[in-house]
Amino acid sequence: MSKSLNQVFLPVIGGTALALSAALLFANMDYGQKKIGSLEKRVEQVSLQAETANKRADEEAAVVSELRDKIAEIQEAAAARQANAADLTEVAPGNDGKLGLGREAQPAEVAAWDVDVLPDGRGLPEGKGDAYWGEEVFAEKCASCHGDFAEGVDNWPVLAGGFDTLGDKDPVKTVGSYWPYLSTVWDYVHRSMPFGEAQTLTADETYAIVAYILYSNDLVDDDFELSHENFAEFEMYNRDGFVIDDRPELEYAKWRGEPCMENCKPSVEITMRATFLDVTPEDGGESVMNHATADDTPTFVAAAPSTGTDATATEEAPSAAASPSVDPALVAAGEKVFKKCGACHAVGVGAKNKSGPHLNDLIGRQMGSVEGYKYSKGFVAANEEGRVWDEVALAEFLAKPRSYMKGTKMAFSGLKKQNDLDAIAAYLKSVGE
Amino acid sequence: MDAKTRTSRRSFLKGSVAIAGASVAGAASATETDPLITEIQDWASITGAGVDETPYGMPISFEKDVVRRNVEWLTASPISSINFTPIHALDGTITPQGCAFERHHSGAIELRKEDYRLMINGLVDKPLVFQYTDLERFPRENHVYFCECAANTGMEWAGAQLNGAQFTHGMIHNMEYTGVPLRTLLNEAGLGAAGDLKDKWVYVEGADASSNGRSIPMEKALDDVLVAFKANGEALRMEHGYPVRLVVPGWEGNMWVKWLRRIEVSDMAVESREETSKYTDVYENGTARKWTWVMDAKSVITSPSPQMPIPHGKGPLVISGLAWSGHGKITRVDVSRDGGITWQTARLGRQGDTKALTRFYLDIDWDGNPMLLQSRAMDETGYVQPTKQQLREMRGENAVYHNNCIQTWFVDENGVAENVEVS
Repeated sequence: MSKSLNQVFLPVIGGTALALSAALLFANMDYGQKKIGSLEKRVEQVSLQAETANKRADEEAAVVSELRDKIAEIQEAAAARQANAADLTEVAPGNDGKLGLGREAQPAEVAAWDVDVLPDGRGLPEGKGDAYWGEEVFAEKCASCHGDFAEGVDNWPVLAGGFDTLGDKDPVKTVGSYWPYLSTVWDYVHRSMPFGEAQTLTADETYAIVAYILYSNDLVDDDFELSHENFAEFEMYNRDGFVIDDRPELEYAKWRGEPCMENCKPSVEITMRATFLDVTPEDGGESVMNHATADDTPTFVAAAPSTGTDATATEEAPSAAASPSVDPALVAAGEKVFKKCGACHAVGVGAKNKSGPHLNDLIGRQMGSVEGYKYSKGFVAANEEGRVWDEVALAEFLAKPRSYMKGTKMAFSGLKKQNDLDAIAAYLKSVGE
Repeated sequence: MDAKTRTSRRSFLKGSVAIAGASVAGAASATETDPLITEIQDWASITGAGVDETPYGMPISFEKDVVRRNVEWLTASPISSINFTPIHALDGTITPQGCAFERHHSGAIELRKEDYRLMINGLVDKPLVFQYTDLERFPRENHVYFCECAANTGMEWAGAQLNGAQFTHGMIHNMEYTGVPLRTLLNEAGLGAAGDLKDKWVYVEGADASSNGRSIPMEKALDDVLVAFKANGEALRMEHGYPVRLVVPGWEGNMWVKWLRRIEVSDMAVESREETSKYTDVYENGTARKWTWVMDAKSVITSPSPQMPIPHGKGPLVISGLAWSGHGKITRVDVSRDGGITWQTARLGRQGDTKALTRFYLDIDWDGNPMLLQSRAMDETGYVQPTKQQLREMRGENAVYHNNCIQTWFVDENGVAENVEVS
């Protein structure tokens, strides 16, 4: 506003001065009185204009100052509103007085959708089925994913076994070992299974399947019949195995407060690297995973010289160069196959046990011999017998893990192709020695 | 810095100079002119695409890499699986719907608004059925919230495993939701029949083949839960529950039921499959923790990260990341460049919103030395994001869910980053 006023005002003043000096100049040069007269008249006109302009400028300045006051007032009010948190955003009004939207649900509609079953058995329809019949229904409707014995195919859930493993490094959480309520099994099978054909099982079929799952967990005999009448009596193995979220007491109370900012530890070393596992997908064009190239990783030390820690570079990346007898193409193929294993097994420098034992120096290693790993009974026995991993044993095991080693914790269903078996052996030899 | 790291620093410097040289070559030196400037380019001469060429626009082809990705070995079938938001390549806080992670139990379904019904039953005065158009007549609200799968970072419990922020932390998205408060709908049906609300539950269930269902305590249901039908201004995407999903702010994503079809007021938790056999964690003594609904404070540096190496050598570098807490606002994020020995407080992109993603930045002059980058979030309750060691000491290594540990990226002298664990 003030800027535009100056633009109007200054040229008018300047113009007046210019005209005045011009008039004096002309008078001295003895121009005709007439001309002087007309010039004087012109000066008068310009002076008048200047006066008008001045007056207008004053008026406008007054308006400006008025507007400024107004703006200040608005800003002040806004600041006050903000300070009082009285902004205009509000939560949507509730409806204590009802809006009358929607319509009443019909009893048949509620019955059609409200099919969940509560832990005390409320919601169960009448019906029954025994484990013997359940085995037939299970084989037809469930076994393609869960296996004939509820042992799980590929990555599909294992439903049976795993008792007394919940405290192990690799707990096997099945219906038998983990699920706390039988109602959950019935509800889930009836409402969400079979996968791709949900809500097609009759109540009797569901009772039978649930009875069979209990049987496959050795919790009942094969003539056991489950029905709405005896349902509530059945107590699951892990019923008391759960505690309600206790993070507030155990963790939140501890992990509050001002954290350390300087010299929080004397030194830092890298203890594990994701590239050793290489289980990250490589698709995705230009932003494929970038693998760090450093051969050795540095140790970071605190600036304060108080520690005296001899910091040294720690780990070396696994050497890509394999022994000359190894076919590099086969090793590369094996690296790909190993992606099926990498979720549970680590191999390479610094590899540690995960849910499966590390696989360094596997060929020639005594079975069940990795320290700190809790093996299944089968491998413990193999260890006691002094059995050793060689390529033949490895291939047989990987082809059909559960037939080779009964009771193995390895849930993997096996490698079907000979090429894959050869490749994985080559890969493990190349990186794990 | 000890002798060994000092020696290596020479070679690091060499490496970074080479990189710096490479990046300048494209941009022209002080003496050479840049043909991108001195020569007339096609796009400066020939006309471009007309309007309506893409009635609903997609990102330009050069950004085709910024997409959701799956880790195939994680699950048995993509129909019952999860993928990951490309958080490494995004900035700000809002996640575009088209690249926001998906998690389905029986696949994403196509459900028309006309075919949509929402039932409220159980302990209510009058069981009701709403059509989609009814929902649009209730007073509605707008809120930005993060949705994080409880299994986010779950693969990292046993050790550094996946090499990329997308894979370690990408089971999260952050959108502005428009919807009706759940309490409004519950009041419409009337809660008089429920009596004392203190020990009551609300069971919510989806319309898809998994009919995923979860029990929510009444206190939360009456607090900030939304029945949402818009995200980031437009209709929900099919994969996020079109036409209507539940938004349960700050709580694990599995409770944000998609294709919401039923809300039942009951006097006990249903103890459904997803709240007993899944979304529970086993301790080392074999007992399990259940009803772990809240997502604790967490953060991650999104760039640099394994998928986002430093492309420019030493000099000015923006370290950027995300922080969030299911307990409220993020109040502070600290960043360490040496694996947790020293920390610097980062700058927040914007004041943190409650239960929403907060962007943080640390603007540094990178000296070209390797870094062990970490970020550590604090929320308004004073909670400080724990280290992996702290979590393991407390919970063991058998947990799957709720891993909110401090993440470490090792950035080498070339600016290449890797997912690591440190002492």
